[in-house]
Amino acid sequence: MSGKSKSLARVKSGVVEVKSKFDAEYRRWALDKTTIEKFDDFYQLVERRHHLADIPFTLCYTDPHGDLLPINNDENFVKAMSTAAPVVRLIVQRKGEDQGEFNGYGTLNKSKKFGLPGPLSAQKPKPRLQISQPQDFRRVSAIIDVDIVPETYRRVKLHKHGSDKPLGFYIRDGTSVRVTPHGLEKVPGIFISRLVPGGLAESTGLLAVNDEVLEVNGIEVFGKSLDQVTDMMVANSHNLIITVKPANQRNNAVRKGSLSTSVGSGHSAGSSTDDKRELLNEKGARESSYSNDAYHNDETLEEEESDEEEDIIRDVVVTKTNGSVPSSEQDGEQEEQEEENEAEEDQTNSKTDQDSAVYTL
Amino acid sequence: MLKFARTRFKRGATDAEREKLKQELFTFKKTVEHGFPHRPSAVAFDPEMKLLAIGTRSGLIKIYGQPGVEFSARHSVESQIIRLFFLPNEGRLISLLDDNSLHLWEVNIKDGKSVLEEVKDFSLEGRLKKISVCCLPSTQEHLFLGTEGGNIYLLDVKTFQLLDHIIYQDVVMQNVPDDYKANPGAVEAIAEHPTDSNKLLIGYNRGLIVLWDNKSCNAEQTYVAPQVPPQLESLAWHRSGDQFMSAHADGSYCIWNSADASKPAQNATIPYGPFPCKAINKIQWLTTKSEPFIAFSGGMPRASYGDRHCVTVMQGKTHVVFDFTSRVVDFFTIGDTDRECEWDDPHTLVVLAEEELVLMDLQSEGWPTFRMPYLSSLHSSAITCSAVQTNVPDQLWDKIVAAGDAQMAANHTSREWPIDGGSVLSETPTSKDLLLTGHEDGSVRFWDVSTPALRLLYKLDTKAYFSTHDDSEVVAAADTGEEDWPPFRKVGTFDPYSDDPRLGVQKIMLCPWSGTLVLAGTAGQVVLMDMNTEEAEVDLEVTTVNIVNDRDGFVWKGHDSLTPRSTTVKVPAGFQAKHLVQCTPPASVTALANHSENQLLAIGTSHGFSIFDYVQKKVILTKCTLNPNDLSATGESSMSRRKSLKKSLRESIRRLRKRGSRSTPSKKEAKPRVEAVPTTDLDAPEKGEEAAAPVQRLVEARQPDGDMASMVRCLVFAETFLREGASAGLSLWAGTNSGGIFVYSVTMPEADKREEEDVVAELGKEVQLKHRAPVVALSVMDGSSVPLPDPMDVKHERADAPNMSGSHTVVIASEEQFKVFTLPRLKEKTKYKLTAKEGVRVRKVGFTQYRSRSDEKVVEQHLSVVTNVGDFLVFSVPQLRRQVQHSCMRKEDINGITSTIFTRDGEAFFLLSPSELQRCTLSARVAVEPLCMLELPEGARPAPPPEPEPEPEAAAEAEGEGEKAEEEKPASVPETLPSVPAIVVETSPPNPVEDETEEVAAAAEEVAATEKPESEHEAEGVLADIQKTLENTSILDSTADESKDSVGDITLDEIKDYIASKEGPDENSADKPAVEEDADN
Repeated sequence: MSGKSKSLARVKSGVVEVKSKFDAEYRRWALDKTTIEKFDDFYQLVERRHHLADIPFTLCYTDPHGDLLPINNDENFVKAMSTAAPVVRLIVQRKGEDQGEFNGYGTLNKSKKFGLPGPLSAQKPKPRLQISQPQDFRRVSAIIDVDIVPETYRRVKLHKHGSDKPLGFYIRDGTSVRVTPHGLEKVPGIFISRLVPGGLAESTGLLAVNDEVLEVNGIEVFGKSLDQVTDMMVANSHNLIITVKPANQRNNAVRKGSLSTSVGSGHSAGSSTDDKRELLNEKGARESSYSNDAYHNDETLEEEESDEEEDIIRDVVVTKTNGSVPSSEQDGEQEEQEEENEAEEDQTNSKTDQDSAVYTL
Repeated sequence: MLKFARTRFKRGATDAEREKLKQELFTFKKTVEHGFPHRPSAVAFDPEMKLLAIGTRSGLIKIYGQPGVEFSARHSVESQIIRLFFLPNEGRLISLLDDNSLHLWEVNIKDGKSVLEEVKDFSLEGRLKKISVCCLPSTQEHLFLGTEGGNIYLLDVKTFQLLDHIIYQDVVMQNVPDDYKANPGAVEAIAEHPTDSNKLLIGYNRGLIVLWDNKSCNAEQTYVAPQVPPQLESLAWHRSGDQFMSAHADGSYCIWNSADASKPAQNATIPYGPFPCKAINKIQWLTTKSEPFIAFSGGMPRASYGDRHCVTVMQGKTHVVFDFTSRVVDFFTIGDTDRECEWDDPHTLVVLAEEELVLMDLQSEGWPTFRMPYLSSLHSSAITCSAVQTNVPDQLWDKIVAAGDAQMAANHTSREWPIDGGSVLSETPTSKDLLLTGHEDGSVRFWDVSTPALRLLYKLDTKAYFSTHDDSEVVAAADTGEEDWPPFRKVGTFDPYSDDPRLGVQKIMLCPWSGTLVLAGTAGQVVLMDMNTEEAEVDLEVTTVNIVNDRDGFVWKGHDSLTPRSTTVKVPAGFQAKHLVQCTPPASVTALANHSENQLLAIGTSHGFSIFDYVQKKVILTKCTLNPNDLSATGESSMSRRKSLKKSLRESIRRLRKRGSRSTPSKKEAKPRVEAVPTTDLDAPEKGEEAAAPVQRLVEARQPDGDMASMVRCLVFAETFLREGASAGLSLWAGTNSGGIFVYSVTMPEADKREEEDVVAELGKEVQLKHRAPVVALSVMDGSSVPLPDPMDVKHERADAPNMSGSHTVVIASEEQFKVFTLPRLKEKTKYKLTAKEGVRVRKVGFTQYRSRSDEKVVEQHLSVVTNVGDFLVFSVPQLRRQVQHSCMRKEDINGITSTIFTRDGEAFFLLSPSELQRCTLSARVAVEPLCMLELPEGARPAPPPEPEPEPEAAAEAEGEGEKAEEEKPASVPETLPSVPAIVVETSPPNPVEDETEEVAAAAEEVAATEKPESEHEAEGVLADIQKTLENTSILDSTADESKDSVGDITLDEIKDYIASKEGPDENSADKPAVEEDADN
């Protein structure tokens, strides 16, 4: 243990020992964690160390359990730096040579165990299928909160990012039938009326014409006019989460009974609407921090939910280049830090309006 | 978890207190409607109590007495008021509505002030019973109701029921010679004999006039003209009762001797003949000591002046045709009230036109008009903007009043306002409040809004400073002149035609201390004015500001700028222009800020903004906000915008047409039951479009460089901290339509070098709101979170000096969010995302202070907001927590929403109609509302024998026993209202589509009748049944989806349908209404 005290001291001081391998080339070098915080910066550093200027490459490291894990965004970079003490074992591979890219990352031995080395090597001369790398993709949509949204509903998140692609859908007024204590009742509802060909909504395949819109970013649309709902969607367009009741109920995600009971337990078999409302409240109770005053409760519920979204939004802004979603708070702070930096920057170079810092708020 | 518990507890404790304090701080009340009622349709006058009543097409009654005395009430149904009658000296009023119903109203005392309330109503049914004319005889016992069918019914005023006594047309016709036996038509006029109240003069549509003795039920005389007479329009007695006058549809009038039925005493005169004339709608014959007055409306020669709206007054040789710019609704004269007096002696002519009320003084030489103490036409020219200035210092106030008085003295009478009934209870206001309205014709009107009576103080016209192309036309018109006959005289102020739309005033800024008034207009003109008590000759200096100076590629395709007059302009005392700043391109000014202490002016347009120093008459800064890559597109903005408006109009018309053509065939194919239910107006469009072109909205992110992105929305001067460590300095904040905020620090030279050294402005900060919504308003708050006061107010000790020790914050209100940032670092402190959460947008924002109603020392600063759905919201700053929310306007009422302005103390004004300004208050402390009393003389209201209520009590109340009134009122109210089960009462809105068959209606009535005794239980049972049926049908029936009706608001028709379906032998009977309705069509 005493032998490691030196490197531990290094860790504390923010300097990490790195052992990197590219083909047959090994290098040992030190990395100051405080100076390099971003994956991009790290990538460039490795590029310089190994002189890989024109060669696209991927990065992996072996974690303490012996698993080979990728480094391709800020989050897993930070993870790698913090966990792989005392030495970060880095494996640099040409893009496309990394088995993990195709077969999934995991234990190093995995490919040896389950892979078929013979045929694989035999196929090698054959022209490789051109498959894009994960980092070349951008997430455009996701079904989220599957565990808390009732089976008949679907909560879809559309990632607009900076793409030019329009959201591309229309909504309309309509009538939906709800189950209430008085029996079936017809209530006004908002429906998707049209999808613009080539738009984001159409390309995801998660929204369809005649799907009923129930919530926009966690806020129920019931009782709101078409224009109001439109405005809400537009205001949230950079990070739109809509909960729909699909017109076509055949493609619903099938959930295990245990899940639904764990969520819906304690409630008698109510109608789907009630069910949903309960779920929302439960969620609210979990998340919202105070006040039993109904009004405030609603407010805070909304606030909290949207704050959560806000964090995501920020992340999207921060990690625009690699498009994965790191976890919340830390980044929020980071963002604020940035704002401040920019603010200061702004004060210094203020006169030329085009150059002056523009902060995103 | 512990944390949660703690916070919850803490909040719980404070919440109750907070709620209590909120009660003390906020309220919501529509206090008074300033201006002229929209679309008036009837007028009445009580000569005893000196009250004027105006009824409108929407069923609103407004009663006015002396300035400040005002009552209003609305009929429960929205129907046009045809006639109004005062029961003189009783404080009661009868209204006749378009739907053939009569309503009795009383002015009663409630909570220490008088209010107008409906007491009884009565409805005459049947087609032939459509009331064509009413007459209230002097006895005030009953009302004669002349009908289309020709019979006259008598309504007992006390019981408000019809008398059995009917003057049948057949009876009246008995003595008519056979040649005239043809159907005489509807009753067109009823006139009570001036001396014998038993006798009535009845005029029928086709020209027959009969003198009827109501006592003996006998037609005493039947007047028949030698020739077939033209249609009768109006009858008027001579005071003596010996003669009367009849007015006709061909523009003629005749004088008859009441004793001689064979021929008129004087042959028919057509005053504006010989060419065909329009009808004389109403005629009055009023005696004086000298020659009598004859006053009539209409009668203009059809070809040459058929489009004029006139009232003619003749007295001997004097003959004036008062020419109004809008249709004359009615007119009457105010004369001597004494019945015994030998003469009528009218002293005032009151004419109600569609857009204004005008009173003419018939006693003074030349018949001048009265200056209106209220009921002014706000919209003489369309209102383009408004501003309110509370607590105006006396010195400026007096100057404005003096200038205004001099202006008005010229063509107004000096006589006292003749309508002076009632008494005002509210105290004389301590603060002098000024409302400024900017108009399309370039004028600005100064109104006194310290009291409920909106009075015009002063009118300012900027037109004089510009040479408009109609200058030459005016001269030409004067040359040719108008013919002497008829002798027209233009009266009234309503003039909807603007000479030049570019003159329109867009922004108004008044500094009450320096008397500097800044007016900014549609063509980028900004006129700086000063108060001068002397007449002066002004040679206007002009400075041009090129806002797009640094953008070469920019081409302006909009209107030209106005040409200032090259010669000196002679202007009367009042506000006089001293400088003109002309923006280039001459786009409309969209934002304005005036720092009168430092004499700086900031002007914003669609293209950028500029700072102008009016000491040195120098432009300090111009900043173009256009996107450099997108010059061409924005250059057109004003045009493309218009285009898109046109386009959208066209589209909506098309949609309407489409719907129209669709709905007809769809009705013919006998649709299922739910479809046949006539839907309300609101549902109709949806229904029509669901199948064809549904109303749909594209959901799309805001385009960063969309239309008008560069428009400057707000400009604010603030003395605050822009740099860390630096002392506070003057800054200019500019917010754009695309969420951009530019902050400039402005450095002033030393006071003694103000004239020589330049003022310097340099960019300090720039913020781009990520959501890119238009910045509607912003304000810098001092260390105690109070918006920075106007430095001039501080100087004159009207406001406390701002707290410069604590850290300042800036509140930014965009269309979608509110945000508070700390200064100088611009770190986000709080925010509230309104649109993302609620789907409503911010339209107008006021930074207001709310003072507790009980404790003057408790003052809070809040953000008052009106949203695009017409709600008022109040948010605390800097916490941005919602305090109250009140829905006020319909979301379709765009004019009302965008015209909203807030005062500093939590009052708000918005346009209720083109001619009315609604005043309301959000503050529990501040309210200007009519608080007035109508004292009824002892025993003014005769006690009616049949029902021992509410009149005697009302009379007692009228003597001012407020407490007693409160006790007794609840007891009497239920009796006056017929107690009908809830369903029936609530579900009878007038339905335009409704043309039910007798059968169904009868069935409905039957059920309604049977329901009466059983009260609510039964009603609920029926409701439940209806629900069930509704649900069944709606589930089974796919087309039923389209109907939005829920059980929550069942219409009468649904109930009827339901009943019909229940009674019918088979299920198909439900289709009946639909089928029969089709047959009707």
